Amino acid sequence: MNMLPPISFLTALPLVGAAVVLIFGARNSRLARGLALAFAFFALAVVLVLWHRFDPAFGGLQFEEVHAWIPSLGVEYHVGADGLSLLMLMLSAIIVPMAMAASRQIEERASLYFSLVLMLEAGLFGTFTALNFFHWFLFWELSLIPAFFLIRLWGGPQRATAATQFFIYTMAGSVALLLAFLAIFLCTGKFDFIDLAEMARNGQLLPALANGLAWHRFTAEKVALVLCFGAFLGFAVKVPLVPLHTWLPAAYAEAPTGTTMLLTGTMSKMGVYGFLRVLLPIFCVQLRSARTPLLWLAVATIVLSAYAALAQRDLKRIFAYSSINHLGYCMLGIFSILRFTGNDPTLTTEKAAALSGVFLQMFNHGLTAATLFWFVALLEKRSGGLRGLNDFGGLRRVAPAFCGLMGIALFSSLGLPGLNGFVGEFLIFKGVFPLATWAAVVSVLGLLLTAIFLLTILQRVFSGPLPGKWSRMPDLTTGERLALLPALVLMFVLGVYPQLILGVVNSTVVQFVQQLKF
Amino acid sequence: MLAWTIYISFLGALALMLLPKGFVRAARVLALLVAVAGFAVTVAGFVEQQSGGLVTVARVAWVPALGIEYHLASDGISLTLLLLTGIVAITGILFSWNVEHRAKEFFAFYLTLIGGVYGVFLSFDLLLLFVFYEIAIIPKYFLIAIWGSTRREYAAMKLALYSFVGSAMVLIGLIAAYVVAGSRTMDLVRLAQFPFPVPFQMWAFPLVFVGFGILAGLWPFHTWAPTGHVAAPTAASMLLAGVVMKLGAYGCLRVAMALFPRGLDAWGFHVLGFGSWRDVFALLALVGILYGAMVALVQKDFKFVIGYSSVSHMGFVLLGLMTLQQIGLDGAVLQMFSHGVLAGLLFAVVGRMVYDRTHTRDLAALEMMHLGKVIPFAAATFVLASMASIGLPGFSGFVAELQVLIGAWRSFPLFAVVAGLGVVIGIAYTWRAMQKAFFGGTTQAVETTAHPFPPISIPERIGAAILLAASITIGLYPQLLLRVIIPALHSPMFDGLWKGSAR
Repeated sequence: MNMLPPISFLTALPLVGAAVVLIFGARNSRLARGLALAFAFFALAVVLVLWHRFDPAFGGLQFEEVHAWIPSLGVEYHVGADGLSLLMLMLSAIIVPMAMAASRQIEERASLYFSLVLMLEAGLFGTFTALNFFHWFLFWELSLIPAFFLIRLWGGPQRATAATQFFIYTMAGSVALLLAFLAIFLCTGKFDFIDLAEMARNGQLLPALANGLAWHRFTAEKVALVLCFGAFLGFAVKVPLVPLHTWLPAAYAEAPTGTTMLLTGTMSKMGVYGFLRVLLPIFCVQLRSARTPLLWLAVATIVLSAYAALAQRDLKRIFAYSSINHLGYCMLGIFSILRFTGNDPTLTTEKAAALSGVFLQMFNHGLTAATLFWFVALLEKRSGGLRGLNDFGGLRRVAPAFCGLMGIALFSSLGLPGLNGFVGEFLIFKGVFPLATWAAVVSVLGLLLTAIFLLTILQRVFSGPLPGKWSRMPDLTTGERLALLPALVLMFVLGVYPQLILGVVNSTVVQFVQQLKF
Repeated sequence: MLAWTIYISFLGALALMLLPKGFVRAARVLALLVAVAGFAVTVAGFVEQQSGGLVTVARVAWVPALGIEYHLASDGISLTLLLLTGIVAITGILFSWNVEHRAKEFFAFYLTLIGGVYGVFLSFDLLLLFVFYEIAIIPKYFLIAIWGSTRREYAAMKLALYSFVGSAMVLIGLIAAYVVAGSRTMDLVRLAQFPFPVPFQMWAFPLVFVGFGILAGLWPFHTWAPTGHVAAPTAASMLLAGVVMKLGAYGCLRVAMALFPRGLDAWGFHVLGFGSWRDVFALLALVGILYGAMVALVQKDFKFVIGYSSVSHMGFVLLGLMTLQQIGLDGAVLQMFSHGVLAGLLFAVVGRMVYDRTHTRDLAALEMMHLGKVIPFAAATFVLASMASIGLPGFSGFVAELQVLIGAWRSFPLFAVVAGLGVVIGIAYTWRAMQKAFFGGTTQAVETTAHPFPPISIPERIGAAILLAASITIGLYPQLLLRVIIPALHSPMFDGLWKGSAR
């Protein structure tokens, strides 16, 4: 490990795995899954080593690698990880094996399925560590293609529509993002995120844009706003923010459940990560000038998605909307710290609190949402594909372990103190309240609605009269319990001891807040 | 040493003709060996040549009285295109492994065509270049007329006529240049440095540019391309789209633009908003990009989709040339390579993997066959090839078109925006073709055993792997080629171009 450049190694690992699975797993679907799991656990081990070697006192980039690549285009191979990247690497490395374990029922072309999952993992690792737009975008797209095919080839009855909708939305977002960065490159000759952020902080970005693109009354400020909007679209589709979310429920519902876990657990984080790593440092001023509308968007995302979840009858769709709702809190936290606070130290602390909350929420939501979808997969396996809210009832009598364990995940999603979901949301609200009081107040409505629909699930599925056809439903097997155990234990551990994550990301958070200059 | 690429190919063709009748297998293997040998020679030459500057390969007086020499040389641009020719030649033979009908003649014509193409890319004497250029036309005609499919006689004749008209225009321009320069030399480098009078350049440039441009699919002279590509047998479509169209673009750059750089200057007056030939051809290139893409969007025949997409992608090459920016020209040369490889791959999938099995190219009929399940390898290859073709990062198309667009932005901002629109339409038609051909109609359960197609053979797999590897290598490490292309564009030969562009 000491010889190898760790991040490049980590990113290449799943790619190698994808090839190996495709070649050797073609005949035997069990072998394909075993091999894929082996590579996923190997990647998890590498991330654990990175986590261990990471110096939490220094919040900046570590494990950096820089190599010349295409000099004529200003492209360098530049990777590195700070607390945020590391957290996201850890999340991806945890979710991917979970998703593989939940994909046990995939028999048809299993080698292709698992090799696509591994490719997606490589795309995630690359996106979370790349610091030059060129290869960052390469990985960003690399994760989109496998996701499309996972939905298209193994999804439910409406998969064709869902996959196409997913692809067109994200592709349109990516094109907007690409155009924005091409324009920036034309003006500055740089693709490097760190350099661009540096330029933005020193006020060199606007003059460069003025030279390259400004035109009559289309001043540099307006150009910057347009470019910011282009990049914003790319990330906002991925998160997603209302009103760009309409692809999500269909995609989540139609995807095979293992893939849904990946979509919600990790790919939605790519959008949030993009906001933090790219948009916030480079377009800080522009975002700030649009702070109020952005906060409205975040609030609308939180409230409307929770409200929409109330109206759903399909468990997967409920959790899909709930996922939008939870990521809305992340966006609320991010937009709230855009407030100009001068040198007021109290508010700076609040900003740090909100941002820590955002980091925690990203990790916690990934873990919880993926686990919830896993439970849905287990339920579908037992019910022969049924997953409607009204299809079940009284399951706690026949499957007490299932209901008990899924209850833990539901309460974690609801934000019960003592479980992981609580800490992140609490910190976000603690920070947002002084920074943007009205937004925090309106968003509380979202919390309330979430409680209603999650409790409805408890009521309709777990309690009530038991329909005759489910009276023989088997409970969780020992193997399934063991597989679920790590995720559930992690929920308790993080709920009680969030310092496990906060300790690692704290200096990164402080640095992020310090670097916000308006 | 590079000269051997030409000799090997012609000798191979000769040997094939001498082969006794019925030795189909031997003919294939021999052709493959010849192509591999040609490629090996190119690679050796590529490795040897560090800088990308001009290196003379062979120089012998030929017709001393007229100043004509047998002058072969190479620089970074030639090397890039030689590599492309080698790759497409090898894979073309791999994808023609199933040709049984007059296989010997097929491969003989094929190798003659390859030899002619190598010759064009290596010639630095105008007359020699023209001779090789003509040699390349003849086998094209026969390959299509004898082994082709849909309306082959029509397509072959159309292709030949267009090519000859183009050659005639080129010939007039070249002879005029020879005479104006004092009838002493046909040497490309020396003529490039001769200060031709500006009024002469003003009419000679468009003549020669259009002459070569016809073969590069310059709109509105592109109509031979889709019909020709569709009618040709797979290997010939691969060569036509992959290499022969590059002959045209290469001629535009190497001859028209290098000899008559002042032809790109402003006229000094405006007609319909055009101020120079550069504006005119940039607009034609742009129209080609959009028109090709939009027509591809509504095709019913799978192969026509790819045929029109070639017109669109070649538009990027021509637009890149017209930017007269360092980055735009780099992009244009890189795009020649990229499109060569990708068009080859796409035609291989459509013509060999799909058509030879299903015997239809009608998208509506293919939609019913669930090819994504029946021949998954073809589907996977096509998915990767279309990803590369729409310019996804990581594949060669992205770097090439990106550089062209950046160059275009600096010269014609509005055109760059519209060309960007062409890229978006490109996503749409590729997407549509992929959906219809491979993933159509899977809503109801299907009995896949109803179509007992032969499995994808080993040569097909190898061929697809080679072409994909080439695209990904250049996509991830374009410096491999840019290292030689950039110095070549700064050799004394193109001095006039850069001086002109500083105006």
